[in-house]
Amino acid sequence: MASTIRVRAQSNGPQTDVQALIQHPMDSGFVKDSDGKLVPPHHIETVTFVYNGKTVLTADWGPAVSKDPYIKFSFNGGAKGDTLNVTWIDNLGQTDTIAAKIT
Amino acid sequence: MHAIAPHQNETTRRRTLGLLALLGLGGITGKALAAAPGWPEEAFRQKTQDEALKSLYGKAFEVSDKVTLDAPEIAENGAVVPVSVSSTLPNVTSISILVPENPFSLAASYKLAEGTAALIGCRLKMAKTSNVIAIVESGGKLFATSKEVKVTLGGCGG
Repeated sequence: MASTIRVRAQSNGPQTDVQALIQHPMDSGFVKDSDGKLVPPHHIETVTFVYNGKTVLTADWGPAVSKDPYIKFSFNGGAKGDTLNVTWIDNLGQTDTIAAKIT
Repeated sequence: MHAIAPHQNETTRRRTLGLLALLGLGGITGKALAAAPGWPEEAFRQKTQDEALKSLYGKAFEVSDKVTLDAPEIAENGAVVPVSVSSTLPNVTSISILVPENPFSLAASYKLAEGTAALIGCRLKMAKTSNVIAIVESGGKLFATSKEVKVTLGGCGG
């Protein structure tokens, strides 16, 4: 299966700009389906971005983050060809990870 | 005999349902316990802004013009509201975004390492028109700013 994570990490010299898009329903637990039943909560809780063994960003998300979440940030360092590891885990214990190349 | 049999069946059926319900509850609790390590569950379960902040940081914030919150004046679709928070403060260690009118006040919380820029963009759901509050932790203190976003179509299933 294709990865649920798409990462674009671009080095601009001193910094690396990161944009990530994750495929996830992010069900809040407040929405009803077509039968009028509540869709149980199913959302990402934590996303970690690890560069060179160091966690540069930890994102803790509640159900208020939009479906197929997007995140953008920058960190100091990172060179072309280096690897940025992105991992998410949701409230049902599902998880996915990707090793993205910095371009 | 014929009169008793259906009654017994009914009892068994109820017991089975009760057992299934218990198993169901057990299943849900088990899943809740399997939450990601370090995820501040209690803070994300608070309904009011004050309680969420108390649980997350345990200290008060001051309003600062060194925190910038970019969000639309009017969001046509509350399911996808682009929000970005930045700050010119030094040593920013965490950034949190709250939407007090949502069922749970805290929307997202970011922990920044040293060297990570104090600029985060993401997309949030908003149930209805609300203030959006950005909290930035710098040097152990909390700084905040807020902005009202008018929502014309709610993002929580209305």
